[in-house]
Amino acid sequence: MSLILQNVSFTYDRGGSNEKQALTNIDLEIGSQEFTAIVGHTGSGKSTLMQLLNGLEKATEGKIYFHGRDIYEKGFSMKELRSKVGLVFQYPEHQLFESTVLKDVAFGPRNMGWENLQIELNAFQALKEVGIGEELFDSSPLALSGGQKRRVALAGVLAMQPEILVLDEPMAGLDPAGRQDIFQMLSRLHQERNISILFASHSMDDVAEYAKRMIVMHEGKIVLDGPPRKIFRYEKELKQIGLDIPSVTKVMHRLRDRGIEIDDSCLTVQESAAEIVQWYRKGAIE
Amino acid sequence: MIRDITIGQYYSTDSLIHHLDPRVKIAGTFLYIISLFTFHSLSGYLFAIAFFCGVAALSQVPFSYLARGLRPVIFMLVFTAALNLFWTPGESFFSWGIIELTWEGVEKTVFISLRLILLVLGSSLMTFTTTPNQLTDGLERLLSPLKAIRLPIHEIAMMMSIALRFIPILIEETDKIMKAQAARGADFETGNLIQRIKNMLPIFIPLFVSAIRRAGELALAMDARCYHGGKGRTKMYPLQYRLTDLLAYAVCFFYVGILIIFVP
Repeated sequence: MSLILQNVSFTYDRGGSNEKQALTNIDLEIGSQEFTAIVGHTGSGKSTLMQLLNGLEKATEGKIYFHGRDIYEKGFSMKELRSKVGLVFQYPEHQLFESTVLKDVAFGPRNMGWENLQIELNAFQALKEVGIGEELFDSSPLALSGGQKRRVALAGVLAMQPEILVLDEPMAGLDPAGRQDIFQMLSRLHQERNISILFASHSMDDVAEYAKRMIVMHEGKIVLDGPPRKIFRYEKELKQIGLDIPSVTKVMHRLRDRGIEIDDSCLTVQESAAEIVQWYRKGAIE
Repeated sequence: MIRDITIGQYYSTDSLIHHLDPRVKIAGTFLYIISLFTFHSLSGYLFAIAFFCGVAALSQVPFSYLARGLRPVIFMLVFTAALNLFWTPGESFFSWGIIELTWEGVEKTVFISLRLILLVLGSSLMTFTTTPNQLTDGLERLLSPLKAIRLPIHEIAMMMSIALRFIPILIEETDKIMKAQAARGADFETGNLIQRIKNMLPIFIPLFVSAIRRAGELALAMDARCYHGGKGRTKMYPLQYRLTDLLAYAVCFFYVGILIIFVP
């Protein structure tokens, strides 16, 4: 019960020559301690939706409530909303600008107008949490490697102590090891600091492995919402809107198509391996 | 946030003027601007206005669009008009305090303002009907004789078209960076001038970094395709004059000729 969208629509350039409806009648609730994935092909409205959540874009219709308060109400502090709902853009490392890593991470907290001691403490803690060692605190963020830059940029949002962390394709352009690092970090934040995580992704394998809830978007509407295990059953429907299912699940679906009696909702390699072994043993006994 | 800014004001439609060779339009605009300074009588202005209206009608660019081209120069227009109105000596017909209006002043104001407006409208009609790429192509060809004195015309034209090509990309990038910093609580709207300039740093630094990175990548990509400047380079769509282009030249010279010979 922390972020509720009620009948929200959004139109770019309303009344202008490039008018384009990006979101139509969205009803959505993001609770605390969720680990949710948003999927949808390019232009389905994912990024727009994410920017509405922390007030960067204003819904043309509908209401958004944060902890029960209407965020478009007069007197509602957008600054606070932006600290509580941390938004990490795609390729966040492109926004680093300060002379040192520590200063860059402190940019957000400083804008919040906190005390110096608290700013430094938060920045310190955030950098520790993303796994950046103290020896790098005083180096230029531009001198770091790609993966390190991304983690520093993430720390910059984390340092504002968000309750919900919204990430637009946090793994884009990283190597497999880097992707795994980021995900493990997100899982840890989710478990240890009780941060609700909402991430957009094109990789169904990542979604299957990490997300507990999955929101499917198509042409500005939410078409499916539920646990990945349930949603990936709709292989044909997902294919129609240009989406895939995890490769493992696909294999299981194909096996089932051939009349092999197995549970085809498996999401991970281990799960399916166990399922196949079980089926094989059963056959051997008979 | 700043996505609404449009630079390069090409108005896309399918008119006779749009199809003219960019060289004709550049030369024609140049001639037209010069012609505006060859006369100083009412008939001259009427003739110039009529010529502009004719071309504008042929171009099918709506008048409201054309008028938009005047927006950036409104301040200059008002300023020059005021200067001429109040500081032209002559036969006074109205005076109040230090303000004195003269017939000569009114006449001069009207004519100079008209001249400025026609000048701006004329050149914006060119940019409305010619894509930036066509413009640089045309300029490159028109200026190519200067290669004889070792001016790197091709390279200059290339730089111009690359710069134009990158404007929308950089605008989009600025928009993204602004939003990302706003998501970290940055504030671009309040504070005094110095504070606001300081607040821009978190936008400018990443923007410069990315522009330099893009420039490096582009240079590498051009190098990888063996780009080596304009020598021996051919074009996919070489500029070629057609009958309508020659006719357009004729019309332009005819217009200037009449102005010079018959109009005082």
